[in-house]
Amino acid sequence: MEFKSITQLKSLLDENKISVKEIAESYIKKINEKKELNIFIYFNEDKIHDQVKEIEKLPNDKTLKGIPIAVKDLFCTKNMPTTAASKILENFKPTYESFVTQKLVDQGSMFVGKTNLDEFAMGSATNTSYFGNTINPLSKNDNPLAPGGSSGGSAAAVAADFCLGATGTDTGGSIRQPASFCGVVGIKPTYGLCSRWGIAAFASSLDQAGVFSKNVKDASILLEEISGYDQRDSTSSNVQIPNFSKNLNPSLDGKIIGIPKEYTVDGISDEINEVWEQAIKSLEKKGAKIKYISLPHTKYALPTYYIIAPAEASSNLARYDGVKYGFRADDAKSLDDMYELTRSEGFGKEVKRRILIGTYVLSAGYYDAYYLKAQKVRKLIANDFVNVFLDCDLILTPTAPSAAFPLNEKQEDPIKMYLNDVFTVPASLAGIPGISIPYGKDEQGLPLGIQLLSKHYNEQEIFNAAFALEKDYE
Amino acid sequence: MSSLIKGKKNEWETVIGLEIHAQVKSNSKLFSNSSTTFGSKPNSQVSLVDAAMPGMLPVINKYCIEQAVKTGIGLKAKINNYSVFDRKNYFYADLPQGYQISQYKYPIVGEGKVTIDFKDGSSKDIRIVRLHLEQDAGKSLHDQNPTKTYVDLNRSGVALMEIVSEPDIRSADEAGLYISKIRSILMYLDTCDGNMQEGSLRADVNISVRKPGEDYGIRCEIKNLNSIKFIKQAINYEVKRQIEVLEGGGVIDQNTLLFNPSTGKTRPMRSKEEAHDYRYFPDPDLLPLDIDQSEIDKLISEITELPDDRKKRYVNEFNLSNYDSAVLTSDKYVSDFFDDVIESDKALKASSKIIVNWITSELFSLLNDNNIEINNSPITPEYMGKLVNLIKDDVISGKIAKDVLIEMFDTKKDPEIIIEEKGLKQVTDTSQIEIIVDEVIKENQKMVEQYLSGKDKLLGFFVGQSMKKSKGKANPKILNDILKEKLSKKH
Repeated sequence: MEFKSITQLKSLLDENKISVKEIAESYIKKINEKKELNIFIYFNEDKIHDQVKEIEKLPNDKTLKGIPIAVKDLFCTKNMPTTAASKILENFKPTYESFVTQKLVDQGSMFVGKTNLDEFAMGSATNTSYFGNTINPLSKNDNPLAPGGSSGGSAAAVAADFCLGATGTDTGGSIRQPASFCGVVGIKPTYGLCSRWGIAAFASSLDQAGVFSKNVKDASILLEEISGYDQRDSTSSNVQIPNFSKNLNPSLDGKIIGIPKEYTVDGISDEINEVWEQAIKSLEKKGAKIKYISLPHTKYALPTYYIIAPAEASSNLARYDGVKYGFRADDAKSLDDMYELTRSEGFGKEVKRRILIGTYVLSAGYYDAYYLKAQKVRKLIANDFVNVFLDCDLILTPTAPSAAFPLNEKQEDPIKMYLNDVFTVPASLAGIPGISIPYGKDEQGLPLGIQLLSKHYNEQEIFNAAFALEKDYE
Repeated sequence: MSSLIKGKKNEWETVIGLEIHAQVKSNSKLFSNSSTTFGSKPNSQVSLVDAAMPGMLPVINKYCIEQAVKTGIGLKAKINNYSVFDRKNYFYADLPQGYQISQYKYPIVGEGKVTIDFKDGSSKDIRIVRLHLEQDAGKSLHDQNPTKTYVDLNRSGVALMEIVSEPDIRSADEAGLYISKIRSILMYLDTCDGNMQEGSLRADVNISVRKPGEDYGIRCEIKNLNSIKFIKQAINYEVKRQIEVLEGGGVIDQNTLLFNPSTGKTRPMRSKEEAHDYRYFPDPDLLPLDIDQSEIDKLISEITELPDDRKKRYVNEFNLSNYDSAVLTSDKYVSDFFDDVIESDKALKASSKIIVNWITSELFSLLNDNNIEINNSPITPEYMGKLVNLIKDDVISGKIAKDVLIEMFDTKKDPEIIIEEKGLKQVTDTSQIEIIVDEVIKENQKMVEQYLSGKDKLLGFFVGQSMKKSKGKANPKILNDILKEKLSKKH
């Protein structure tokens, strides 16, 4: 049986046309048929069956009752191990449930498994995972493609029909870029809208949970459920969460859409610019006004991001020292030796690279030149958006500079890999919400995503515009 | 007060600055709600946050912030409306996060000052640079197993206030007075229990020496001293060592030292080359701390009497000396006891000096011998007051009173009842005393003759004999008068 959306499956369930058990079995079958995609780090049929029994007891008014959800393996979960795709957390079993996954559990969703990601969410291709690459389900047989990253497993899970929704985290584009690569919807809400409690930290001031789904309405349903204030996270926002799905309204009459000139970058394929152009025209046709704008500090966003994120990461990952939990190297002769061996063997190359960068930019004598300056530039980038949103409701840009690339491309060139985040990082630095929706395809038939951004806590307008654009391809 | 130290060649001045780590008195930790009870079973007070589990986040404990602000007020310091928590990054087995959350650039409390009082009645201000909040680390236990180290995280995350002084201290004694004063202020404010044995109050001491008038010398830091005695010993040793090095033509290595109480010596812990780069940066998990002036004002209004205020009151109200008042007020519990004694009977106000003496000599020695703190004294302030009244009213002599005090200490009884039961009431009846005196004179005819021949000093002998006969109960003044009178009649 093919299920198209959360709303569709939910009504089938409400009308007793399908049972939670049947849903589970149907998804288990699909997942087992395509194991070679390596989408899950943890997948256990028994665990799904265990959940079925619990979910069946819930009343039908639970918004996500029986809905199959994949969870990025960066969210700590009580019933499934949590690895952050790292050897250093291999076999780590949290005794607690993250805020976001707890909310999903409370609404009756069914976790199908923990999805692969770049180790500690550091990467753009889900190829730095200790548990191997995830393959983009849209790949043709002879040419395996990357699903994007870091939440590549979650994006791929939705694209492969392994679930109807998935959680992700986005630090510099880790939801939006894989959504674009896998042809699904992915939203990173405003920084602070969902609690970070229970998500293994990468860069605290940027990390933001969000969701993947097959369409905009489902994304709005899921985001509504995982948002909300949490006093255990001091950076969580105490704001009223709108009823995004109920308020969905495709009307764009009089809305002003900003098109930033800085997002026209050299070396970007014409196909991407064409898709962008089409979306602009569509918006105009739907009654929106187009305004060409400037975000002058955009060019500093990538270097700024690659100072701030590693700096925070170098400190956030210090807790993985082999003392308390997770992997500990054998044969250490002293405490320092234990740290060195554990962390050398426990972390992969990209994580080590970022820890080194972060340690460097925070060290005495370099702090002012790098970290402090990066923080100042970050403020300027955020101000660019503040200024623009005085006159614009939304900004429209491409999501990523390319469609999904072959698995092994760019692997050895970190700078090339970092360029993947060029369109997504500015919004992360500013803490504003952004969505990527599939909009057209390239020559090879691979999906291309476009990105809609808006000011803080303006997810509703993002959903509305995305909802309108989505109709172009229905 | 001059405190120059004579070396073999020169006179040297000691320059000392203290960093005091005071554990905030709070039921829960700085960033988690785990308990802070001392001496609990290892790892029984550890939350997910304290153990730095993946995805766990610190949340500021507002009460600890208030305690720090109160302390700042007590140190007459500037309270900063804006402060920031930073991460201090280093690896250690008992530091679960791999960083300590502390305050670096923007501490919660700025410049202040503390006054110390000397025996000669003079006093001196020691300037405070800052007070900041930080988390304590856990404890590594190296002595539980021959090959393993165990880690106890009960203390991990407990709130500490680090109080940093300017290098205004010039001797071991001043350092002792300074830390006593800080301890006393904290205890008055109830922001730290002041228990140095349990490590609630510890100090790092920065020491250098210089020839008077010269620039500061190179300093060494002695880490983690947890008694005033050790602080003084460590300073005295270190000053001597530094002078010897300098007079021997050497230079001081800027070292971090540890003090070994059993040898009385310091030894290097790590040298400058191994010094950490802590890579401080603002903790992105925590928002900067914004404290409204109204909140500060509210805390100011909650603060009752501080040691200096109380000292002033004692000087003015009870005519006590500045130093006596300083000694009495230095320990809140002692001066609370004193206040309670006076409070029990307003008439005692006139006997304040006697009360001070009884508390600081007799009661203190009983408490010390039995290792009891004054706030747990078996003798209540009320009974202490009664005893002093009994002495003043000549019901018992001072000498008998000492025995009564011991009895009170052992039995917790009312002194009046003890005196009644034991028949210790002083004899003031002259006829009874006359009988005793007559007996003594009769029994010591030879001595009487000698006395009469000019050996006046023998009067003491007669007093002693008579007192013995009265079992110590004779009123000394009446006894004296009668003796003198009777002996003179023998002429």
